[in-house]
Amino acid sequence: MEERALSSEHDDDGALTPLHPDHIKVLRINALLMLLPVLAGVIVLEIADFAPAGLFAGLYLLVAIFILWRIPRRRYRFKGFAMSGDRLRVVRGLWWHSDTVVPFGRVQHIDVDQGPVQRYYKLATLTLHTAGTHNASVHLPGLLHEEALAMREEIRAHIKRETL
Amino acid sequence: MPSAPEETDEAKRTDPKTFLANGLQVARSMVLPLLALFYTIRSDGAPLAVLLGIGVALLLAFFALAYVQWYRFTYHVGAEDIRVESGVLARQARAVPYERIQDVSIEQSLIPRLLGLVEVRFETGAGGKDELKLTYLAEKEGERLRELVRERRDGTADTAPVGGEENDGPADEGAPLFAMDTRRVLTFGMFEFSLVVVAAVFAGAQQFEVLLPFDMFDFEEWQRLLAGPGAWLAGLGFAAQVIGAFIAAASLLVIGFATGLIRTALREWGFTLHRTAKGFRRRRGLLTRTDVVMPVHRVQALEIATGFLRRWFGWHSLKLVSLAQDSGNASHVAAPFAKMGEIEPIVREAGFVTPPPELEWQRSSRRFGVDSAVFAGLLFAVIAALLAGLSAAGVFARLDLFIPDVVYIVLVSGAVLFTAEQWILWRKRRHALGDRQLYSAHGVLSPKLDIASRRKLQSVEIAQGPLSRLRGYASLKLGLAGGTLSIEGLPLERARELRRALLASMTESDFSELA
Repeated sequence: MEERALSSEHDDDGALTPLHPDHIKVLRINALLMLLPVLAGVIVLEIADFAPAGLFAGLYLLVAIFILWRIPRRRYRFKGFAMSGDRLRVVRGLWWHSDTVVPFGRVQHIDVDQGPVQRYYKLATLTLHTAGTHNASVHLPGLLHEEALAMREEIRAHIKRETL
Repeated sequence: MPSAPEETDEAKRTDPKTFLANGLQVARSMVLPLLALFYTIRSDGAPLAVLLGIGVALLLAFFALAYVQWYRFTYHVGAEDIRVESGVLARQARAVPYERIQDVSIEQSLIPRLLGLVEVRFETGAGGKDELKLTYLAEKEGERLRELVRERRDGTADTAPVGGEENDGPADEGAPLFAMDTRRVLTFGMFEFSLVVVAAVFAGAQQFEVLLPFDMFDFEEWQRLLAGPGAWLAGLGFAAQVIGAFIAAASLLVIGFATGLIRTALREWGFTLHRTAKGFRRRRGLLTRTDVVMPVHRVQALEIATGFLRRWFGWHSLKLVSLAQDSGNASHVAAPFAKMGEIEPIVREAGFVTPPPELEWQRSSRRFGVDSAVFAGLLFAVIAALLAGLSAAGVFARLDLFIPDVVYIVLVSGAVLFTAEQWILWRKRRHALGDRQLYSAHGVLSPKLDIASRRKLQSVEIAQGPLSRLRGYASLKLGLAGGTLSIEGLPLERARELRRALLASMTESDFSELA
């Protein structure tokens, strides 16, 4: 399960920079916001009283703990990025693993987005857009906002240099 | 805004005949609904004069509307962009800078063609929906505008080299690079046998048999109907039924072939592909004649495909994957039906090469082959096992259900078939990394070969699902402008090796040098 062992070679398969630890909190809060509407349903089911009392509530609690505690931590652990002089590598996922490299020379434009929760923790998502049909936009969440801005400037400077 | 000498600064209208063409087209599309409407009103007993009056009034309204629309539609070819203003009540204005115009294509459908008009479309890579188009211009004006836009665009931003023959001028027309004569088009049509249409006709016949005065699947009824002039046929009894079934099957076949032939002839008639200074120029079509230019430097990848039957006769098709769109289709057909000997020169002109004989082809991971074969058959095998288990436990007997052996035979042979198919697919799946290109070949019945330029790729992703993660293989998904390319089931090490090599050739150049 410890997939980090894989990444011991040089260059494009090398070590990854982890995301900011607060990213876990953002993932948890977003998960909580998703879980709340379901809670309403569970309460209705409990009141309707056609199953042993506490069955749905218990199930909900188990699922909620898993979704709120375990999954964000695991998702965080398997996310990472590596930025070198001319390319950005974004890695994510345990079971659905994806490992993407975008050369700066192929970037069409760059977004730095902040959701409301991300803003509270001063985090941001960096998105690189390419002309490719597949992976037209590559998202890298969980960066400190200043760091994301700095990365954007660096990538942009690179694009400019290449174009001129 | 400074303006070129030959352009006046004022906005222009499209060709005055446009309103006629538009009106005729609307009228044509309204004929059937109108007839239906008249039929209903008529059965209510309205006099013919009133109906004709309504018809004429509606027709006049169509033309009046078309005229007002034409009057309110203006375009202006400026020094930096093309501007279009349109709309009767609400006004829309759009400006498209020359640098953003990927290509200009000219299309003629039936009615505008009769009137000598063309539709000029400016492709911006926006995906076909929001493209700017001018309907309709006189043929000459369309050509002139296309050349003008190309010159302006290439003069302003697009400095990418376009082959070596810049001074050929716009109007060069040598021998075509590839052309299809009538015989070729008809041969092509024979291979385009349309199973879909046959199925649709068959289903339709069943759907609409209520409209027939008799049941078409009732052979006795057929015999009774044949009792008149066809009495001798009915007298043949069983033989007549066989003949009837044969005629039905034959007529379906004829319909399938005829549909394929007609559709192909309409689309591919007079197909010519020229190499001009600006790129490949393709003209084709019988009623709707299209004239498309595909800039050579925008070709990102090639797709050489063939079909189940036609491969035995050596027929292949060549598509160019490019940034610009071809009537909603991402890839441009450069040769729909050609021998490899005819395709090779086009491939060379596009700046690509067909796989050299010394190229080292590699298979996908063996584990991937095993896994996909096993999983393909698994569903059927599981259902069969489940049924067998349940009937052995006597569940079906208690429910008064009986599962005939045929069910098991179908399920098991399904499992075997799908497993075998996946295994053969794996055996045929190959890829190779050349000096400048990446090759990927796959498919058994209709093999396909993708050739991508290594330096024109946009991004590289190594993707794995749960199974491939456990078993140590991965898919290499490549970002390709205007198309998709992925190599499935590579050993993880090979995927990484390919990515390293591809990234090395990608980072040599910037996007602006490519597109």
